[in-house]
Amino acid sequence: MKKLTITSIFSQLLLLIFVIAWIAPTFGLFISSLRDKDVLAISGWWTSFTTTEVNEIYRTKGNDAQIKEGDYYYIKSNLFRENKVKEIFRFGVTSKNIDEFKVGETALFKDGTEITVLENGDYIWKSQNEFKKKKGKRVFVSAKSPPSFTLDNYKEVLLKEGLGQAFLNTFAVALPATLIPLIICSFFAYALTWMKFYGRDILLATIIASLVVPLQMSLIPILTIYNDFGALFGVAAKSFPGIWMAHTGFGLASTTFLLWNFLKSLPQEMMEAAKVDGATHYDTFIRIVVPLSIPAFASIFILQFLWVWNDLLVGLVFLDKHPSEIILTAKLKELLGSRGENWEILTTGAFVSMIVPLFIFFSLQKYFIRGLVAGSIKG
Amino acid sequence: MSIFSLALTVLVGVLFFVAFFHFSNFLLDYFRVKSSKKFDLENSLRVVIFIGPAFIVLFVFIIYPVFETIRLSFYDKLGENFVGLYNYAWAIKDPDFKRSIINNLGWLIVVPTLSTFFGLVIANLADRVWWGSIAKSIIFMPMAISFVGAGVIWKFMYDYRGPGDQQIGLLNAIAVTLGFEPQAWLTIPIWNNFFLMAIMIWIQTGLALVIFSAALRTIPKETLDAARIDGASELKIFWKIIIPYLEQTILVIWTIITLLVLKVFDIIYAMTNGQWQTEVLANLMYDWMFRGGGDKGRGSVLAFCILIGVIPILAWNLYKHRQDQKV
Repeated sequence: MKKLTITSIFSQLLLLIFVIAWIAPTFGLFISSLRDKDVLAISGWWTSFTTTEVNEIYRTKGNDAQIKEGDYYYIKSNLFRENKVKEIFRFGVTSKNIDEFKVGETALFKDGTEITVLENGDYIWKSQNEFKKKKGKRVFVSAKSPPSFTLDNYKEVLLKEGLGQAFLNTFAVALPATLIPLIICSFFAYALTWMKFYGRDILLATIIASLVVPLQMSLIPILTIYNDFGALFGVAAKSFPGIWMAHTGFGLASTTFLLWNFLKSLPQEMMEAAKVDGATHYDTFIRIVVPLSIPAFASIFILQFLWVWNDLLVGLVFLDKHPSEIILTAKLKELLGSRGENWEILTTGAFVSMIVPLFIFFSLQKYFIRGLVAGSIKG
Repeated sequence: MSIFSLALTVLVGVLFFVAFFHFSNFLLDYFRVKSSKKFDLENSLRVVIFIGPAFIVLFVFIIYPVFETIRLSFYDKLGENFVGLYNYAWAIKDPDFKRSIINNLGWLIVVPTLSTFFGLVIANLADRVWWGSIAKSIIFMPMAISFVGAGVIWKFMYDYRGPGDQQIGLLNAIAVTLGFEPQAWLTIPIWNNFFLMAIMIWIQTGLALVIFSAALRTIPKETLDAARIDGASELKIFWKIIIPYLEQTILVIWTIITLLVLKVFDIIYAMTNGQWQTEVLANLMYDWMFRGGGDKGRGSVLAFCILIGVIPILAWNLYKHRQDQKV
């Protein structure tokens, strides 16, 4: 019994390590997408849950802002440009001694002017003579920044970076690219299972072989066909119907195979009985097979939908990079190139692209797993 | 495009196929009533309607392209003049090609092995603890997200700031805490390949995990209990009973991940685009499809190389299918 407990504690610990290692990257991304972009750029996401101390440099306003009160000239303003939730506790006026003074104390600049900085960033800069310089002076502050989260990055990414449109485009690609193969493959799989015709076995073997053919084998010829077709009829070579059919082609073998596997398991007597009753194959298909296949359809729908939603290669080759056509993954890759250092854009963009798959994952996990287990071989 | 015109396009696209099947079958039924003798013709026509669209798609998008790509690999840049083995000779001499083959082999060895191993270990651990299903969900989650999304997640993990600056990438933060110098992980040749593979392992372990979880439940409990009573350690049970029992499952998972790894593109394209010696075949092929207006010959050779990688699996699948059909 004692030995068992040690094993069990060890198992729990080991599993916990795995879980933390697996969740940490995604969790970090999610937290980062909710952080203020200035804070995100200078501190790790794991520091965002505690109050952190940051050292920052601000600049006061220049002579434009001065006012004269009595014998003195004043510049009164706030160091923070926007209203930041930070609390200053020390400040300094030289880079050698950046936290020389407590808030509320008065510091002396080299030129004899005096400055007082308050907790919330308000400062009063006082001088006997008129301020001459346009540029303000540097002030070093040590501030406490309590945990704070914001949705600003999401607003920015969806509206200004064009991810909102890309999100809609991805839907416009993924829905038909999932439904069309589901429709034509269910008829195909029905014929392969329940109809007798010459060449059926060869067709089935072709499907099995097509399951593993890499889609790279199709890219160049299909792109050539699309370009020729576009030039011949004077239409765009890259279009939504074009990519729907490409995805239908690449998903055809796996969709047919999974459905065929499922239809095989339906009782033969039922089909025979329907035939005796005078039902045509079309009646049998609509009235008997489709209702029975709903769970299988659900699994295949999820698998294909996620595959199309997450695809990058097909989207890059068969769709324009124009904002009205670009899909999320391609947009995200574009941002990785152009905004590589703007982590607030990248983390938020990545999370936007993951929202739909994660929703499907958490709400329909059962069907997703069933589909994967049934056969996740995909060309 | 606005949301309405997008929705309309989608609706028209999908309804087109529904309408095709509905009206063609409706017409067939209509004429059958009129001429009840031609039963054979009716059946043949029905077969044509049922398999027609799928067969056309299969032919245009898979069968024809496979032969066309092989043909193009013997033709020049524009696919117009026959050049014999010229493109293959080019590939053998090309340093990027050599690099890609070496890297692809590395991916093929490391990723399926580690994903399968982690999946198996985690499936076993998760079976023993009460919060096992939550753990499984978490580890399985990366399966749902895109490779590009995963790329961003991990690029953030690998982020590099100069020594002395605050590290915002988790990996460098850990390295600095442990007293090492921060590293720009993705630019260190050879090693950076392993950092890219880690992403794929992170994703595919979930797949291995769920399939193993399902398979583990089929191991008879009596066998395991008998071994425990005989005093076998858990580790010994794992190696001597569980692994041999799951041999078939291990093979299936290995195959699936191998197929995926052969075509690995998104991760490389998004993270390094083949720089710092991380090139792989699929990325090199994409590059040649568009570099300098595109080179069909070279692109086709590279695609064909990926196909050669899957041929053993293809042959094995067909062999198994024939065995199944005989039973």
